[in-house]
Amino acid sequence: MLAKRIIPCLDVRNGRVVKGVNFEGIKDVSSPVDLARFYNKSGADELVFYDITASYENRSLFTDVLKTVASEIFIPLTVGGGINTLDDFDRVLKCGADKVSVNSGAIKNPALIGDAAKKYGDQCVVLSMDIKRVDGKYHIFSTGGRVDTGIDALQWAVNGEQSGAGELVVNSIDTDGVKNGFDLEMLSEIQSRVKIPVIASGGAGKKEDFLELFKAGVADAGLAASVFHFKEINIKDLKTYLKSNDIEMRV
Amino acid sequence: MIAIVDYGCGNLYSLQSSLNFLKLDSVITSDPEIIKSADRIILPGVGAFGDAVKLLKQSGLFDLIKDEAKKGKYILGICLGMQLLFEKSYEYGEHIGLGLIKGEICPLENDIKGGLKIPHMGWNALEIINPKSPIFKYTNNGDYVYFVHSFYGKNCDASLLAVSDYEVKVPALVNEGNVFGAQFHPEKSGDVGLNLLKAFAELEV
Repeated sequence: MLAKRIIPCLDVRNGRVVKGVNFEGIKDVSSPVDLARFYNKSGADELVFYDITASYENRSLFTDVLKTVASEIFIPLTVGGGINTLDDFDRVLKCGADKVSVNSGAIKNPALIGDAAKKYGDQCVVLSMDIKRVDGKYHIFSTGGRVDTGIDALQWAVNGEQSGAGELVVNSIDTDGVKNGFDLEMLSEIQSRVKIPVIASGGAGKKEDFLELFKAGVADAGLAASVFHFKEINIKDLKTYLKSNDIEMRV
Repeated sequence: MIAIVDYGCGNLYSLQSSLNFLKLDSVITSDPEIIKSADRIILPGVGAFGDAVKLLKQSGLFDLIKDEAKKGKYILGICLGMQLLFEKSYEYGEHIGLGLIKGEICPLENDIKGGLKIPHMGWNALEIINPKSPIFKYTNNGDYVYFVHSFYGKNCDASLLAVSDYEVKVPALVNEGNVFGAQFHPEKSGDVGLNLLKAFAELEV
């Protein structure tokens, strides 16, 4: 049967990896190529790169990083950040990405998911959602988690699947950076409404958080950044631990 | 030299990169002369079966690949490229394939009843059926490989080298003579995938 996946996420700005806590106070961590090599050796099942470069001129730094990684690391690579058009899909797929993650781009232009799925296949299109509780409802936030769009997140997930997204990333702003476990309640609400794989993001602080996530059966993969970058959790140890607790793992 | 057949179906960057990484000489090409002069052929592919057959026929490569296979050249089909080796596919209609592997391609959703997700996407373990095959020179039973597909091979028991369990036994590696097919993506399956590509390149002529 399919193994559950452990996915480190690298936020890249101007060719370097950064990671914020609650999306604020970003600080430099390391070289994305070095980190990617390290994660590949540790047994990461997939790598996610988010390009948070603000200016168009610096985009080439990101694609250079991507090309280098794709030329020596042979596991699935997902790319997100600044994906607003089919041309953006094309740009990163040509540099070795396997999947493209759409977030604000789909809010600005909901047809983007369907158009991309038709052109590149469902398996290529990942809908990434930044979700926060507002007055007891789940809202989609845009622009790096700063702007409340007022969109109902549960409906947004269902619409995304129907449009042709092949996978969902559920990032809980409420638990992101808090390191007290994934947002199982939010994940359960999403998972029960869709058939495509759900990737949980936001809140991982220790190995037990991943075990709790997979035991709860609310996600196919767990994604995290800082706990891996700062070596608070070693991916190899994490996967061995999960396997010894009867979670199917590629180790 | 390995010819990676380019007929406009899918991204070949990772595949060529993985061959480069293994220091294997390869060329991405749609030129019949280059394909004929190559030692081995890799037939990749992502997308729909019917479209791929159409593109292969338009470029004159459909018959060429069949001829090269009959001459005894080693051929490896990957993902849709593996499915194209089969006799027939029922992906959105009915399509005739290259007919180099006995069997047909059918939708997973007709046979998976237990609520498993489709596409079959992610890392699954290889159950090796024929460990004597030289393609497994560097591969162990239980090694994980990366799949992304919604259709799968059926009625191909005689060609099975390895399967993966996804409620049904999904043919993962098939082989008839000099023709091999991998349903998974060796170029995305880490060291396990690299080892299979290496073994393919080392198959003795």
